[in-house]
Amino acid sequence: MMAMYDKSKLDKIEKELKQWERDCLGKSIETLPERDRPFITTSSVPIDRLYTPLDAKDWNYFEKLGFPGEYPFTRGVHPTMYRSRPWTMRMFAGFGTAEETNERYKYLLRHGETGLSVAFDFPTLYGYDTDDPHSEGEFGKCGVAISSLRDMEILFDGIPVDKISTSMTINGPAPVVWGFYIGMAENKGINPNIISGTIQNDILKEYIAQKSFIFPPEPSMRLIVDTFEYGFKELPRWNTISISGYHIREAGSTAVQELAFTLADGLEYVRAAIERGLDVDKFAPRLSFFFNAHNDLFEEIAKYRAARRIWAREMKETFGAKNPRSWWMRFHTQTAGVSLTAQQPYNNIVRVTIQALAAVLGGTQSLHTNSMDEALALPSREAARIALRTQQIIAHESGVTNTIDPLGGSYFLEYLTDYMEEETYNYFDKIDTLGGVVPAIKKGFFQKEIADSAYRYQKEIEENQRTVVGINDYATEEPAKIELLKMDPEGERRQINRLEKIRKDRDNKKWESSLDELRKVAEKDENVMPAIRDAVHADATLGEICGVFREVFGEYKDLAIF
Amino acid sequence: MKKIRVLIAKPGLDGHDRGAKVVARGLRDAGMEVIYTGLHQTPEQIAEAAIQEDVDVVGLSCLSGAHMTLFPRVVELLKEKGAGDILVTGGGIVPEEDVPKLKELGIAAVFGPGTPLKEIIDFHEKNARK
Amino acid sequence: MELVDRLLKGDKRAAARLISSVENEDERAAEVLRELYKYTGNTHIIGITGPPGVGKSSLVDRLTRAFRKKGKKVGIVAIDPTSRFTGGAILGDRIRMTELATDEGVFMRSMGTRGHHGGIAKATTEATMVLDAMGMDLVIVETVGAGQSQSEIWECVHTSILVEMPGMGDEIQALKAGILEIGDIFVVNKGDLAGVDQLVKELENVAEYKAMEQKWKPPVHVTIATEDKGTDEVVSSIEDHLGYLKESGEYQKREEERTRGEFTRIVQALLLKKAFAGEKSEKFDQLLKEIIEKKTDPFTAAEKLLEE
Repeated sequence: MMAMYDKSKLDKIEKELKQWERDCLGKSIETLPERDRPFITTSSVPIDRLYTPLDAKDWNYFEKLGFPGEYPFTRGVHPTMYRSRPWTMRMFAGFGTAEETNERYKYLLRHGETGLSVAFDFPTLYGYDTDDPHSEGEFGKCGVAISSLRDMEILFDGIPVDKISTSMTINGPAPVVWGFYIGMAENKGINPNIISGTIQNDILKEYIAQKSFIFPPEPSMRLIVDTFEYGFKELPRWNTISISGYHIREAGSTAVQELAFTLADGLEYVRAAIERGLDVDKFAPRLSFFFNAHNDLFEEIAKYRAARRIWAREMKETFGAKNPRSWWMRFHTQTAGVSLTAQQPYNNIVRVTIQALAAVLGGTQSLHTNSMDEALALPSREAARIALRTQQIIAHESGVTNTIDPLGGSYFLEYLTDYMEEETYNYFDKIDTLGGVVPAIKKGFFQKEIADSAYRYQKEIEENQRTVVGINDYATEEPAKIELLKMDPEGERRQINRLEKIRKDRDNKKWESSLDELRKVAEKDENVMPAIRDAVHADATLGEICGVFREVFGEYKDLAIF
Repeated sequence: MKKIRVLIAKPGLDGHDRGAKVVARGLRDAGMEVIYTGLHQTPEQIAEAAIQEDVDVVGLSCLSGAHMTLFPRVVELLKEKGAGDILVTGGGIVPEEDVPKLKELGIAAVFGPGTPLKEIIDFHEKNARK
Repeated sequence: MELVDRLLKGDKRAAARLISSVENEDERAAEVLRELYKYTGNTHIIGITGPPGVGKSSLVDRLTRAFRKKGKKVGIVAIDPTSRFTGGAILGDRIRMTELATDEGVFMRSMGTRGHHGGIAKATTEATMVLDAMGMDLVIVETVGAGQSQSEIWECVHTSILVEMPGMGDEIQALKAGILEIGDIFVVNKGDLAGVDQLVKELENVAEYKAMEQKWKPPVHVTIATEDKGTDEVVSSIEDHLGYLKESGEYQKREEERTRGEFTRIVQALLLKKAFAGEKSEKFDQLLKEIIEKKTDPFTAAEKLLEE
């Protein structure tokens, strides 16, 4: 064992530390007592006054950190990180019709964003067309409505999808929406094997936290493995999943829970794919992750670093992956929506800055920064631009991109990173005891853990154990005065007209047989992707394709655990 | 002895249930009986449940932006069914300018992000049927 | 009484208000019950009990839908525990029954135990009376799953169903004493989990044992309530059990027992109320003081309190 510090030095530090506590600190604390309120992170982890080499006693540099681009990747997955290229600035956007959102994408690209990210409305997330009765009141409200290939074509009109990558936050209907995207590229004359991007496609966290599911876990897992298989054969540059902790955290989890549950989900997908007979080194390099960036700077940075280390170890040692790319944890980050306040919305710009900085110091591959107005509505153009500028200022003015993992070696940060790792393995053990991720979901384990954390956090605010500026301290009476996004009131009508026209104009025979074929494939164990692609080109709508799956697979119902 | 009964419901497709659950727990811990009906409820289901459960207040949570359609619909249905005395409140991502409109349409209170639990509890204690 | 008239016409709002009345023991509660009593006695009351998490609510949902298909009107009373510390409760049984909410022929009410033990709420019987008078063909009472303490349900229902699931380990052993008394029908829910056969065998043994003392041998059914598997078999057993009760004269016996339980509880409640009413509560405090000071003993004091 090659410890970082030799024993004699540690002994000396220990001795000196005791003396310091007695003399220097002891005296000071008498006249300047420390505050009464607990010293805890955003996730309620208690934090000590001071960290020293004693907190890294048996610490082995090579085992814990190593070098960037090398196992265990704690310091980063690339040897040069942001010295070669900053992270991808990818703003999550979507509202109203495809036309309105297309215009927003062009606006953001003009202002220097480097990747696209699609937010879909609720009907789309649940696999319903805009004119479905379930969609009432929801059209375009929290994302763009995409019901058909035609909508997808309008969404990316004039955007070079062969050059820019697109991330799509879609889960239940992910294979279908991916089918629309592939169809759109093909209709532009682009070979799908060169397009790049990500589908979120992470159903486990939907049952756990986000609750935009359609089908029960078993058929959902099968659809996901179908996309893995199709992806590495047909779209080798596409990330077929983005295993997400973001929504787990937004639902109220702690940082450790976000980390542990996300990694547990990730390992579950790997197991499912291996069970199907896929080669781990074929699909694992296309797995990507998605984390939250909350307010507590060090806790967040530690989380990202621990995530890389644990993932590399599990992939290498538990699953025997040989390709170093299979060991890489590449992740996208979004700042914490839940941390934004409706009160004094300008304050949110500062929160987002701190959160974005954590993501960068933690080595993210891409980043979305929330807009200050998102506790009130979807972002306006101006608010979205400021959020993008925040990333550009961090990248070009703050100096943090000059060196790799600038905080590596901080006693405090390394302690926190180790802590995160240890607690994550404790959760892995609990999940194992419950029989794995899916049984634990069915028993409501994750849901209960998250609900408990969310309530504890709220209680801490209520009891003034923590301060949220503008909420339980520094509050003002004046209402928030900012311009909010206005949507086209005629958008829904136009979207419904378009759908009606598609249904009228399409080749009915071709359409019908494509859906029949899809049903057959779904009922058997064949990969659904080719049949989806055919149905998409036959102008079958999202609701129609998902309708076939709903009939074959049934629907999932939330457990609503308290 | 009378207890305050509250129905907490998530209308529409929105699955963000953090706020609804935190509020439900908060009201429970304040001694109320909270009927939670879960996700994806139609206004019809909510109004019927409110009547059969004989609640004092219905709390609707929606973060998808569909509140202007869904919240007033519940109020209307309760009135139609002769239960217009049951109060309806709302929470979620609601722009400031929608609040007066919702109140005009019969929503008794709107609790946006950052509302202290205490404020919500006080509202129920003050406004529940005696 | 206007509400009672409306109730008899099937008005749900009236039923809901009346249940609140009896549950809150407000000033009109006693009168309501007096008036309703003559309209009761026509419904088949079914109790569903079992440990937490076995899927009782989902089963109630499925059974109700099945009875609805047969044209029966169904009342449901679902009970969840009230917190001892705060007096509040989260009543979540509706989550599994959302589709029943808008069904004309179903009335569903959630109740907190409000300090009552035995797996049922304080006003469970009163609530079933309201639903009975309302003209429900069946009333299903879903109890708090609380181990052996569920036995009180026996006194309130005609047919009791015990729900278990595989993989609960020792709990089944712990429950056995209770099972012997309750459970006219045994259901093993979540029948897709490992260990079903073992559990079914155990329950069949219990059923055999019960069949030695009575003519009715409890059937054991395997269900997957979330997928509506096995529901129809349980429904037939419920109907068979009612047939058996009526033919064997057991129905009359159970009604008598039910009435005895009901009457006993009413007397107890009334006595309690009297003991604490008005100046009596001062008298109570006075006597309590005397007991504490060892001037008298609690037995004599109790008799003194209830004198006159």
